[in-house]
Amino acid sequence: MKLELRGVTKRFGSFTANDRISLTVEPGEIHALLGENGAGKSTLMNTIYGLYSPDEGEILLDDQGVSFNGPGDAVDAGIGMVHQHFMLIPVFTVTESVALGYEPTRAAGIMDMAQARAKVLEISARFGFDVDPDARIEDLPVGAQQRVEIIKALSRDAKVLILDEPTAVLTPQETDELITIMGQLRDSGTSIVFITHKLREVRAVADRITVIRRGAVVGETSPQSTETELAGLMVGREVNLTTAKEPADPGEVCFEVRGLTVLNSADKVVVDHVDFQMRRGEILVIAGVDGNGQSELAQTVLGLRTPVAGSILLDDKDLAPLSVKQRLAAGLGFVPEDRSTDGVIGAFTITENYVLDMYDRPPYAGGPGNVALRLPVMREAAQTQAERFDVRMGGVDDPISTLSGGNQQKVVLAREMSRDLRLFVASQPTRGLDVGSIEFVHRTIIEERDKGTPCLIVSTELDEALNLADRIAVMYRGRIVGIVPASTSRDVLGLMMAGVPADEAQAQAATHHTVLAEADEQAEAEENK
Amino acid sequence: MSASGSQQGMTPAPKPEQQSPWAEAEGRLSRVLRELGQTSWLVTVLAVVVALVVGAVLILAANRDVQASLSYFFAQPTGFLETSFQVLREAYSSLFRGAVFDWQAPSAARSIRPLTETMVYSVPLILAGLGIAIGFRSGMLNIGGQGQIILGATSAGFLGYALSMPVGLHVLLALAGGILGGAIWGGIAGVLKARTGANEVIVTIMLNNIAIYLLAWLLQQEWYKQTGSNQPLSSSVDESAQLFSLLGSGFRLHAGFLIAILATLGVWWLLERSTLGFEFRAIGENPEAARTAGINVPKATALVLVIAGGLAGLGGAAHVLGTEYRLAGGVAGTLGFDAITVALLGRSKPLGTFLAGLLLGGLRAGGVLMQAQTGTPIDIVLVLQAVIVLMIAAPPLVRAIFFLPHADGRPRIRTRRSRRTAKGAAPTGSTTERELQTSGAPSAGSRSTGPSGTQASGTGPNDTQPPSTTTQEPGK
Repeated sequence: MKLELRGVTKRFGSFTANDRISLTVEPGEIHALLGENGAGKSTLMNTIYGLYSPDEGEILLDDQGVSFNGPGDAVDAGIGMVHQHFMLIPVFTVTESVALGYEPTRAAGIMDMAQARAKVLEISARFGFDVDPDARIEDLPVGAQQRVEIIKALSRDAKVLILDEPTAVLTPQETDELITIMGQLRDSGTSIVFITHKLREVRAVADRITVIRRGAVVGETSPQSTETELAGLMVGREVNLTTAKEPADPGEVCFEVRGLTVLNSADKVVVDHVDFQMRRGEILVIAGVDGNGQSELAQTVLGLRTPVAGSILLDDKDLAPLSVKQRLAAGLGFVPEDRSTDGVIGAFTITENYVLDMYDRPPYAGGPGNVALRLPVMREAAQTQAERFDVRMGGVDDPISTLSGGNQQKVVLAREMSRDLRLFVASQPTRGLDVGSIEFVHRTIIEERDKGTPCLIVSTELDEALNLADRIAVMYRGRIVGIVPASTSRDVLGLMMAGVPADEAQAQAATHHTVLAEADEQAEAEENK
Repeated sequence: MSASGSQQGMTPAPKPEQQSPWAEAEGRLSRVLRELGQTSWLVTVLAVVVALVVGAVLILAANRDVQASLSYFFAQPTGFLETSFQVLREAYSSLFRGAVFDWQAPSAARSIRPLTETMVYSVPLILAGLGIAIGFRSGMLNIGGQGQIILGATSAGFLGYALSMPVGLHVLLALAGGILGGAIWGGIAGVLKARTGANEVIVTIMLNNIAIYLLAWLLQQEWYKQTGSNQPLSSSVDESAQLFSLLGSGFRLHAGFLIAILATLGVWWLLERSTLGFEFRAIGENPEAARTAGINVPKATALVLVIAGGLAGLGGAAHVLGTEYRLAGGVAGTLGFDAITVALLGRSKPLGTFLAGLLLGGLRAGGVLMQAQTGTPIDIVLVLQAVIVLMIAAPPLVRAIFFLPHADGRPRIRTRRSRRTAKGAAPTGSTTERELQTSGAPSAGSRSTGPSGTQASGTGPNDTQPPSTTTQEPGK
């Protein structure tokens, strides 16, 4: 089915999320929609899916104008959507999940599970999805859950399939399987809209690429464009995708984690006998798919969680008896994973956020027992640091919620790096940031490393790990699968992220390349020419 | 082959950690509190206006003359209107004369007496209201003002008549006892919340009842009331423990009003200028971020309720030592609940709370004269209060009534300018939609509008919505 948008505009109040967007998705085409976080991709897709109605412009399916009053209409018209966060009920079986919302019934309204099950099996067989119709959703790995979502869309005869950031939660190998599935769907005539901000994937799978920036289409291009070209188009200026850095000059061992075991609130082991050492002046990235214990590890280092076993030593001192405040005072810099919940207080001013973990000691506090805030000192420090970190803002007395995510993160970094650090820990430091801010954050972390601070970075983005790390530790189900040098190939890391030990991963990767890795090699070859 | 690798290796979906329904409800509660604290001054004023209008309708409905004039409405509609106007003018003017300035009074002293009466009524309201406001700012809904006032009054009163001490010292000791009584009562809820996560709303409500019956029991104990009669009424506070009169005999205004002023300044300093207040506001706005920044959230939580209780206890003490002099079962009246109204109306700001305390005190003082002179029941005052709370608790209602723009907080007039600012300010390249959406709107003008000048954070109209709801791509 051909999907066409003509001049679609969507406004929220005075803010234009989509500005006269026109694009055409031909039948049997994978059309990538590329744009940064907040460029308006998801708004556009929600408009197509009937969740929003456009303020202007029209949507055409096979040259027929359509208007949807809700997702139900869109589904009836043959549009399927797989959301970034799956819309599945954990305790349902695959069959129940697929049937949900259009349950086939026999006489007297009794659900015909057999028919639903047959449908799942049929679609599953047609595309070679390896999905057990009787498995419960919560027991399935993420990749399989995603396939259930795809089956669900296909079972309603979707001719246009929208995939919203489908690779965000997948390992490289799972991504590879998804790419194969997308190829099959295309060959069977389904049109696919593939929303992403990852350049490599776009080049590997898309037939055509539409780039949107700040709500408007800024270009349509072919997958032959280089990554640098695509990034430039996406951001609106030239960008460096890799941050230049000198090789690390590691000093003595100064941070050590021994046999650390942590339980979550449901008493499940989330960090499982983790051991590693770090030297001064090196960056160790903890890589892995989200939810494998990395966040909990970082929180335990800060003291937000109490381990059930093991110890954390900073400069040969056990951190166990220290509170969060004492650890911060002892020279720990911490950038939390979820900026808006843990990193900043939205209603506080930039100044207040800047001193959030230093407000009660000189020079920001004064008087007997440091009871009084010294506002002028706070404000001046915030102003100076904001300039140094290039925070784009109205003034330091504005609430931080008025800043973009990237600028908020700069304030967090400025705060954490304004002290003399003995250890710097950052969880997902660039999540949700635009390319420009990512560059800046990476550069700042490398500068901190060059000052001799050991930097422990948790990242689920393989690109970030490769770009930033001196060494990479891969975590899987709470354990460290292996610690490898930063020169390790993506394929090997991908296998390790799925739990394959390092040497075995090496052996496996040597005999098999993923689509993305091949695309990479090709790109490299082209650029070297 | 890669398939086999990933099959065995794929991880289960990261599940969000289980939250108890309580925790969820708490989250919602603190969000509500935040939004209440950020209601604009305009909404507050309009809430009072709406309350006066509703009050007017009720006054008319209850008035015999108006009812009579309605019966011949079609024959003589002007009669109805004239009567209504007459009745309303009398009711509200006597309310004003009873609360602020009585131009019909025989002497100058008598004519300003209403204002001093308003101040007298407002003392406990302001002090307890400040305590409630501190709770609001720290994300806690302290319903326990009533119990804390009672404990404050109980302790201060007892110290006031049971001991005999030199003049200055006695009153100070009695006040300190009042603070301590309230602080312990608030502290119980605080420690329970900090230690066990017990919901402060439920605990403080229960403590209110315990306080009421504790006082009732004490008033039957001879060692406590020291009167020698069977009446559930305590002995009278010694003169050495009474708050001295500010304007001499003929006026009831006492030093408690000075204490209220000092407390207002003190609370302002605490919230806006002290490190402890910084912690309070931080845990009120975002306890997760506060915890990550090393703030001891349980300790701060307990301290908030100790201080809130202490202020309410001080209010109770001032009420007994300055106005009532005796303890009776109903000594606190509905002060504890009115204090919640005061804090809401004052938008949880110290100066706002002070002014709101005066307003409610004025309604109380004026209501007395209104009832005496026009026969309008003083209960109307309660209705006014209730409508004010209702309006403040539901800003969308006020906006709907007055056709105000919607609550992303941008007043209609400013919309055009803010859009331009947003575009102009947007740096090329790295601007996300969120920035576009929100920048420019919280202009300096709107932030500094609070006449109190006390707001340091989270008070711009732009903040009415938490940032998460303004995220760029809704619908996820």
